[in-house]
Amino acid sequence: MVETVLFVIFAITALYGAISMVMARNPVYSALGLMLTMFSLAVFYVSNAGHFVAVVQVIVYTGAVMTLFLFVIMLIGVDKAEDRSEQIPFQRPITLVLLGLFAAGVLVAGARAWTTGTASTGEPINGTIEAIGDSLFGDWVLPFEVTALLLIIAAAGTIALAFFKSGDEEEGA
Amino acid sequence: MTVTPGWYMALASVLFVIGGAGLLLRRNALVMFMAVELMLNAVNLTFVAAGRELNLIDGQVSVFFVMVVAAAEVVVGLAIIVTVFRRRATASVDELAALKG
Repeated sequence: MVETVLFVIFAITALYGAISMVMARNPVYSALGLMLTMFSLAVFYVSNAGHFVAVVQVIVYTGAVMTLFLFVIMLIGVDKAEDRSEQIPFQRPITLVLLGLFAAGVLVAGARAWTTGTASTGEPINGTIEAIGDSLFGDWVLPFEVTALLLIIAAAGTIALAFFKSGDEEEGA
Repeated sequence: MTVTPGWYMALASVLFVIGGAGLLLRRNALVMFMAVELMLNAVNLTFVAAGRELNLIDGQVSVFFVMVVAAAEVVVGLAIIVTVFRRRATASVDELAALKG
């Protein structure tokens, strides 16, 4: 019962946040709408026994990623109005029709079966730090090490992008 | 009336479609990037719901990896957007047509 009430409330806020992100004219409002959606998803993670990922969602997404977005919006400015006229003819109706078909297909297929395969037996999962850590440093230790490499590459790439000198700018223009 | 994981997955598919609409309809590179983040978050929700349905912790581990990749992607992507803005003074993808054949 509690879960149903939470689902209805936060499904509405998640959808509101997502739609306002797409519709907002000001990128700051887009960022705030996405933040609302991410908080709602954190609530869903808790109701699906994902306690650790819920905390990580709040810290990493709403804390770090969206703050980074807001900083970039601050840096590049929001004063220039977005030109909403389409260059490609019929892009908007075709997009909406194709996405509607995609959503209908997923929902119809899901009404038949959302998951396949048999559920593993045993006690219900509990996404504590201990359970996630056991899996992460047991079965998933090699992918975990590769993510370390990925993060180093991302950091090095960002530093390289940030150090472009202004003298290089003629070649791109 | 109990909430089954299917409800979460239906919600996630709707969020994914909204994210895709944002990606295809908006012209501001920052908002398009946020739409990609929304799509990644929708997929994360399906991972968590499926992990609960199948009684596997691996769904939540997958969410962890998706978050790491998304964080790396955001860092590099925003650096590219800032670099492009410094050169061309625009964040609109329609004006960035230098590679047009």
